[in-house]
Amino acid sequence: MKQRHKLTKWLVVLVALHGIVAAAGFFAPYDPTEQDRERPYLPPMHVHLMDAQGHLHLRPFFYPFRLREGSFDQYEEDTAQIVPIKFFERGTRYHLLGFIPSRLHLIGTASTRIYLLGSDAYGRDQLSRILYGGQVSLLAGLLGAGVTLLLGALIGMAAGYYGGWRDELLMRIAELFLALPWLYLLFALRAFLPLAVSPLEAFLLVVVVIGMVGWARPARLVRGVVLSVKERDFVRAARGFGASDFYLLRRHILPETASVLLTQAAILVPQFVLAEMTLSFLGLGVPEPMSSWGNLLATLQQYNVLVSYWWMYLPALAIVPFFLGYLSLATALQERTSPYKMEEKTSWNLS
Amino acid sequence: MLYFLRRALHAVFLLFGVSLLTFLFSALTPGNYFDEMRMNPQISPETVAALRAQYQLDRPLPIRYAHWLNAVVHGQLGFSFAYNSPVAPLLWARARNTLLLTVTATFLAWLLALPLGVWSAAKLGRAPDRVLSSATAALLVIPDLVLALGLLILAVRTGRFPTGGLVSVSFDELSVLQKLRDLAMHMALPVLALVLSTLPMLVRHVRASVAEVLNAPFLRAALGHGISHRKLLYSYALRAAANPLISLFGFSVGTLLSGSLLVEVVMSWPGLGPLLLESILARDLYVVIGGVLLSMIFLVGGNFFADVLLYLADPRIRTAASAK
Repeated sequence: MKQRHKLTKWLVVLVALHGIVAAAGFFAPYDPTEQDRERPYLPPMHVHLMDAQGHLHLRPFFYPFRLREGSFDQYEEDTAQIVPIKFFERGTRYHLLGFIPSRLHLIGTASTRIYLLGSDAYGRDQLSRILYGGQVSLLAGLLGAGVTLLLGALIGMAAGYYGGWRDELLMRIAELFLALPWLYLLFALRAFLPLAVSPLEAFLLVVVVIGMVGWARPARLVRGVVLSVKERDFVRAARGFGASDFYLLRRHILPETASVLLTQAAILVPQFVLAEMTLSFLGLGVPEPMSSWGNLLATLQQYNVLVSYWWMYLPALAIVPFFLGYLSLATALQERTSPYKMEEKTSWNLS
Repeated sequence: MLYFLRRALHAVFLLFGVSLLTFLFSALTPGNYFDEMRMNPQISPETVAALRAQYQLDRPLPIRYAHWLNAVVHGQLGFSFAYNSPVAPLLWARARNTLLLTVTATFLAWLLALPLGVWSAAKLGRAPDRVLSSATAALLVIPDLVLALGLLILAVRTGRFPTGGLVSVSFDELSVLQKLRDLAMHMALPVLALVLSTLPMLVRHVRASVAEVLNAPFLRAALGHGISHRKLLYSYALRAAANPLISLFGFSVGTLLSGSLLVEVVMSWPGLGPLLLESILARDLYVVIGGVLLSMIFLVGGNFFADVLLYLADPRIRTAASAK
């Protein structure tokens, strides 16, 4: 009961997190590619309730930034001007989930643009870019995991079900892929694919590359399950009734592998989101002007950005709650399938 | 003896497979290093063709592979297009820097992980264990890219640590002691990033395997004989729990060349990582293959090393192996 509870809790957390990113258009105040060349590298704005005169405002507001005198990149708050933050404001046009046209944004302002997490070199809103970038990174991770699990399940079932030399060959190749460090494999695969491609092609390429890296572990796990399931009585009975291989695999064997595949999915998705981040960070993945968590971080490779504009690091932190959610989900799933728990074992007190 | 022979054969097979695999990937490549020259109007198509012929890029894949294999057997790893020099010395110079970093980090990580893990297992379920478990869990959800970048930002904001490179520009003018200090300062950040990213996994494994043996009857008996707790934990329990840890240690040794790739790139440490990335971007084929192969040799070697250690440490494996 307690484990079920845990599982549900983390599932809810993850659905909420993905929901925020999926509805990026609503939560982001602006379009991620909209530039404001007058305001490069604006630091995150402070939201106030109390103004400089000590009056309390019911509606949160901020002071717009102006250049500090004699400086070209140091900003200070202009306390003469109060910009109230409006909620459920109409703004830039966008498509919710890609097909519902809307202009509604969670936050907005009437006049000066609001930069809750600062702006980048072109004055683009960092918050909007992180939210939209999450769509790219998460989708790459999810699709990559889908490709991997499909490959893993197919290869694992083929190896386990048919056995013999096919099993032998497939498992030797799987060993090869397991032995290679995954980052190297990622690089090696990427190295031999074209570099100059359009953003969409690059995205698909990243998905394919990521998807092809990790199939070995799920394949081996699936094979193990298939090996034991195919000798079970209900499968033998079905075979005795003349069921075809395909029918047996689809109706009787595949469902038995579901829990292994689910656990693997929870482990693989965050890994693959990170893989996309790594590739894009190194300039091998999704290119500008599309934003992804990886290529948002790529500006940190410039020393002056690293020194002066710490808020360019914020996209890196976006992945942490997702990691936490997925790892906890994976643990909860594992505990469900194997109810052995170390903490609950009667432990012998040493001291 | 037969046991080792079989493991070694397996390792060779694995290396062979990897090299074949990387070559196969390279065959799927659209374009090569000399493609950019073709765009240049100042270089005639004949020159490009001649260069391609010189590096045998115009030959079919099996022949190229045979040539390369032949070179590897003779201790060479091919030729770099970009550096215009043999690959092996190029890789070796960088691999040394990588090893300097990773050997230090691995040593430190294990030095910390063993006592922490044993301590945690001894206090299983109580306050120290809980604190430590939460700490490792927290570190576990911070990916190494995020960790390395975060450390880098901290470093530049405090200004205490140099950010990037192996040594300072003025290195040659320093005294021996200052040289050591300079090197240590440059190593501090990448080593810290590596230790922090490997430590949680190690601590958890040590804790799990020690906790498993703590219930064993022989340990109760030893306790009954009045053997001290410290001796009980470190010399009795740890030895009984050693097998999975030895395998893990072999894995640690195996990833010495490949584990620090990302951290090296982020912290601009002149190791294998940046070189590999550079040559991927330049399509410097043989450097990529050489780099991957070199780290594979380490990985396979690490596993083999773990097998040898296990064989020496566990009499059960010895008898099982000789019985076959």
